[in-house]
Amino acid sequence: MTKEADRTETPMIVCRDVHKWYGHFHALRGVNMEVTKGEVIVIFGPSGSGKSTFIRTLNRLEEHQRGQIQVDGVELSNDVRNIERVRMETGMVFQQFNLFPHLTVLQNVSLAPLWVRRWPKARAEKVALELLAQVGIPEQAQKYPGQLSGGQQQRVAIARALAMQPKIMLFDEPTSALDPEMIKEVLESMIQLARSGMTMLVVTHEMGFARAVADRMYFFDEGVIVESGTPAQIFESPQEDRTRLFLSQILSH
Amino acid sequence: MIEARTSSSDNVLPPPVERYTVLGWMYKNLFSSWFNALLTFAALGLVYAIAKPVVTWAAMQARWEVVVVNIRLLMVGQYPVAELWRVWLCLHLLAAVAGLSWGIWVRGYRVLGVLVLAAPLAVAMAVSDPSARGHLIAVAVVAVAGFGLGRLAGKRIQRTVLTLWIAYLPLALLIVNGLSRESDPLRIVSSNVWGGLLLTLLLTAVGILVSFPLGILLALGRRSHLPIIRWTSIGYIELVRGVPLVTILFMAQIMLPLFLPAGIQIDRVVRAMVGIILFTAAYQAENIRGGLQAIPSGQYDAAKAVGLSGPQTMVLIILPQALRNVIPVLVGQFIALYKDTSLVAIVGLLDLLGIAKSIVSQPQFIGLQREAYLFVTLIYWFLSYFMAHLSQRLEVALGVGER
Repeated sequence: MTKEADRTETPMIVCRDVHKWYGHFHALRGVNMEVTKGEVIVIFGPSGSGKSTFIRTLNRLEEHQRGQIQVDGVELSNDVRNIERVRMETGMVFQQFNLFPHLTVLQNVSLAPLWVRRWPKARAEKVALELLAQVGIPEQAQKYPGQLSGGQQQRVAIARALAMQPKIMLFDEPTSALDPEMIKEVLESMIQLARSGMTMLVVTHEMGFARAVADRMYFFDEGVIVESGTPAQIFESPQEDRTRLFLSQILSH
Repeated sequence: MIEARTSSSDNVLPPPVERYTVLGWMYKNLFSSWFNALLTFAALGLVYAIAKPVVTWAAMQARWEVVVVNIRLLMVGQYPVAELWRVWLCLHLLAAVAGLSWGIWVRGYRVLGVLVLAAPLAVAMAVSDPSARGHLIAVAVVAVAGFGLGRLAGKRIQRTVLTLWIAYLPLALLIVNGLSRESDPLRIVSSNVWGGLLLTLLLTAVGILVSFPLGILLALGRRSHLPIIRWTSIGYIELVRGVPLVTILFMAQIMLPLFLPAGIQIDRVVRAMVGIILFTAAYQAENIRGGLQAIPSGQYDAAKAVGLSGPQTMVLIILPQALRNVIPVLVGQFIALYKDTSLVAIVGLLDLLGIAKSIVSQPQFIGLQREAYLFVTLIYWFLSYFMAHLSQRLEVALGVGER
């Protein structure tokens, strides 16, 4: 099944003129983005450019103070029901994994289906085990997160996000806290997910990943999107000096 | 002496293994230098100088009859003799539930188990009252039976036993207090005549079980985004923490009746109980808040991101971690509560310490304070130590510091 075949033109995410302030600091200065179903988006940029803040506004971990965000047709506002609906449809993977350390791997993955989707325990655990097999660590189900390596923990986090059967997956620098030899195993799980047709927004500096599966790339700097385009456009003929400079810095080493 | 055992395979030496004999250990730790040896002898001399008179006194001179004669007062105070079977019933129930739990959850500890079981039997040998002796033997039998049943049934009756633990205190209170004035087998026994160890234990158990959830609510209230709840919690916590427990107890005994409308009376024991609960809750709230603050914000992010609601996040993710991290301080506070119940003696309640005080002021027991207070001290120490030990076991079972 090719990705192009099952992609339709319904926008999954629509952002219009999104602004965010932390006190006096203007973190997002009017971000516009439209993501269609099945697209894989890579967001990159220097630290402090607002890319993490932006992706966290998409499931309301951060509030935006101006502009509009619609996720799968649901407008994000102070309405708690809307926020709950959006969070049920989006999975998120964090830089620091954020697994629940007091629960086993299996409990981590099956918790939300059990309590939010109200599935019976047997079904939630069956799905959880399938997802752990999908990310390649079914044998770790009964361990606690603290007993796993960083790469394994991040794959558990991916399985946990997928357990809610989301329509959109958000990745906030998923490999930045990992040792080099573990980055590969996490990226492989993500590439597999991208090829299955999942709509993904990924904040990352892994340009190999971007080249392999990204449909479009966005370069953030100082709270705005400086440039966007396909990986080919961004890598071969970037239009902006800032993009070129940043790419040369991260690709040179 | 110390030996280093090595093996020469592959020319790689294993780490040295130190092995001690008794003499070797003594040499290394007690007599390694002349100064060390001097300290050892000085310490031995000191221990001897203190232990000898204490042991001689306890074994030869002490007149323990003050404890023996008054044992019923020390245990239950003025609780009517005709109704004593109710207190025994509570003890039998406790023995049964404790025996069951031991059988289900505790592995090993055989020697300790035998000792715990032997204790009521040993006491049974010592008491002269035939009814008390019978009851004590029954307690041991019930505990053993519970242990055996727990071993046999194992995991299948876990839930039942947990339910029994939860139901135990309300049930015990009901049995001790009675149903109504007229009912025949369980008529009301006013809490004004509860006393001795019974009163101390009831104050402690109710204090712990009610102040703990109250403390959690206050801790959460202090972190609430709603100003009214936050400021009420802060005001309450800071007010109570600024007042000594004795003051609160005096207020409850002397001031409170003045504010109540005429005709409404609250038992003195209940008033003391409420005072202790409100006092402990404020301290527990601060302990729990410390645990809450140690939880990284990523845990809230992750819980929200998978769609958990606010209350679900608290109950499933945040509180289990926060409470586990502060078990030592929580239990420390409960041990303090247990010992602080002795302050109710100051406002005239006859708890364990209050009874001891009133016994030694009777003419026939004058001069026997040491015996009475030593006995009371041992009881306080035994249960405090038991609670501390339980907290350590709980920490190990929950893997504190490991995950």
